[in-house]
Amino acid sequence: MSHHTPVAKRHGDRKAAVGSAGRPPLAWAVPGILFFAVFAIVPLAIAVYLSFTEWDGLNSPTFTGLDNWTRLFNDSEFGQAAWLSLLLTTISWAFQTPVALLLGVWAAGRQRSRAFLSAIFFVPLLLSTTAIAILFRALLDPNFGVIQTIGPWLGIDPNVMGSSTGALLVVAFVGGWQFMPFHTLIYQGGARQIPEVLYQAASIDGAGMVRQFFHITLPQLRHTITTSSILMIVGSLTYFDTVLIMTKGGPGTDTTILPYLMYRTGFQTYDLGYAAAVATALVVVATSISLIMVRLSGFGSMRSTREGM
Amino acid sequence: MRSGIFTQGTRTTRWAAAGAAMVMAGVLAGCGSGSSGGDSGTITAYVYGDDAVKVQQAAVETFNKTSKVKVKLVPVPGVDYVNKLRSAMGSPNAPDVFYNWGGGSIKPYVDSEDLVDLTSTVKNDATLKDGFIPSIMTAGSLDGKIYGVPMRGMQPVMLFYNKALFAEHEIEPPKTWEDLQAAIRTFKAAGITPFALGGAEKWPELMWMEYLLDRIGGPEVFRKIQDGDTDGWGHPAVLKTARTVKELIDQGAFGKNFNSVDYGSGAAPTLLSKGKAAMHLMGSWEYSTQLGKAPEFAKKDLGWTTFPTVAGGVGDPANIVGNPTNYWSVNARTEHKDTAIAFLKTMASKTYAQALVDNGDVPTTSNAASMLSGSPNPQFATDQYEMVQKAPSFTLSWDQALEAQYATPLLTEISKLFAGKTTPEQFVEAMKAAK
Repeated sequence: MSHHTPVAKRHGDRKAAVGSAGRPPLAWAVPGILFFAVFAIVPLAIAVYLSFTEWDGLNSPTFTGLDNWTRLFNDSEFGQAAWLSLLLTTISWAFQTPVALLLGVWAAGRQRSRAFLSAIFFVPLLLSTTAIAILFRALLDPNFGVIQTIGPWLGIDPNVMGSSTGALLVVAFVGGWQFMPFHTLIYQGGARQIPEVLYQAASIDGAGMVRQFFHITLPQLRHTITTSSILMIVGSLTYFDTVLIMTKGGPGTDTTILPYLMYRTGFQTYDLGYAAAVATALVVVATSISLIMVRLSGFGSMRSTREGM
Repeated sequence: MRSGIFTQGTRTTRWAAAGAAMVMAGVLAGCGSGSSGGDSGTITAYVYGDDAVKVQQAAVETFNKTSKVKVKLVPVPGVDYVNKLRSAMGSPNAPDVFYNWGGGSIKPYVDSEDLVDLTSTVKNDATLKDGFIPSIMTAGSLDGKIYGVPMRGMQPVMLFYNKALFAEHEIEPPKTWEDLQAAIRTFKAAGITPFALGGAEKWPELMWMEYLLDRIGGPEVFRKIQDGDTDGWGHPAVLKTARTVKELIDQGAFGKNFNSVDYGSGAAPTLLSKGKAAMHLMGSWEYSTQLGKAPEFAKKDLGWTTFPTVAGGVGDPANIVGNPTNYWSVNARTEHKDTAIAFLKTMASKTYAQALVDNGDVPTTSNAASMLSGSPNPQFATDQYEMVQKAPSFTLSWDQALEAQYATPLLTEISKLFAGKTTPEQFVEAMKAAK
């Protein structure tokens, strides 16, 4: 559907004909909209409503006005969780983007053994998050894990999961390890779309591999970077399972990021009203960041990267 | 192909979509109604669904042979139990009888007047009154009222130790605080961690707090908190407990990396069985854990004893903490209260206790002592039973004694204290402030 729209716009005279024949009526969207409404909009609306109540899940919710929200802005634990979420998001993005981009560009080529190696890189994405978390937990056991043997060689304290910085970095690393293949795939697709002729022209002009990468590949992948970054950022902001299994928010509360704080408040403390406020805040932040990124990168206007060709 | 189907199909599609919407609405509406439980002549009993369910299943079958009103046992898979019970209790499908941990696990239901107060029933009934070890009966009570009848084995927290290491360094398991200090020095000098501690999880740290507070201030300090007085955290014994924890950590009693040691994956028990740690404060299930993971060690070198005294403390060194047992409680809205209570009475029977023993559990009934020689692990079962029987007080694990709204912040604060993120003073302040 989306790639029909520009055609219709550019050829205004044919718009009527193409429009009525090619575009499905709104009725076709009803099942999708209904599904989205029942499973996304309605729960979201209920969460927003609950954020103005006090509810233990047992009795009926009582309306408490802005109590949860005032508490939210004065809660040092929420502040810490928001900061840790931000930190985790930044670290994840900075770690995953360069590696995934380079791997993706490499995987888009036609080298020998490329397909084979790509298949291996792809494996982490096929594993369950739980399995990965348990696996890394075992590897990082300070007394019996691999870390005890190889940690000192690499200058890593085997007690890495017991230190605040270490635990957060491990969570970022494990998440990156798991999702990098996915972003590699996105970049591979993006890199394959770059017309060969650009590179041919560049080599005739005498540009080497590195210049070609910075002057052709990177600018051409602009929108791919935006797509991948938004997915990464929203993914990191809602990152939960690895924290639950690997650190349980610890040591202390040093990996208690927003989604984990929400879980603990909602499903361990049964303070569902306040948990709903945390959840709503998270939705607002994640949506705003995505919108800002779309706006700033010009991604929203869907201008073609091949303009001028 | 596309256009034809789309244009011609519009009308049918609209109907299909509308139909789908109606089906969905129906499904959603259906969630609310549903059959109301307790058909005449049946009571429903929710039980935590693990291996031990077969013991309760057998008891139900025996009971149903003679009872007019039948019991229907519903095992709920363990991880879902608390949440499922909570939703069920708020709905018309609530169970008539349900498994719980006593204390804080039933506090919300006591507050919403959903439970039958069994205090007078127990007092006036010889079977229930004398059928169980007294400290177990009171451990799960709230404000002096009894809401539950014990129905599974006991799980006291004990000090486990590696006999071989103690023999090698020629010392005895600690009975006093000085013994404990000496043991810490000896093992540290030998490069052995004095106490294994699975600090990556919070509840093993909690066990230290529970015992230290009991030995320092006696069981009354926590009893007051359990009965709903959060100011109880301001008792000087709590601060001393937190300070003692900090001292132990600073001395290296738990080694350097206990914050990243797991219990669930078996890391902490393995430290003990491999001789890397000398002692391990853990629930009585440690015995079967070791038997499963390191059978030779469990049979030959695994020792167990009580928690030592603490210098200047007023608590009786025979007191214990842990999970006294699990209880059956009765829903106040049940239509067959008499049947429910009759069923609860069978929990004190010899047949039921024997079934628990055969399953490897140590029953909390007064008549169990003579049966324990037939247990799969007679020595351990007997020692454990005597330890509990002699205990003047059995404090229920704090995270179960308190309601979730207090227990969760408590675990978080304990984890911060052990991780060195907060001082003992900050710990006390945080607990007093917990809403």
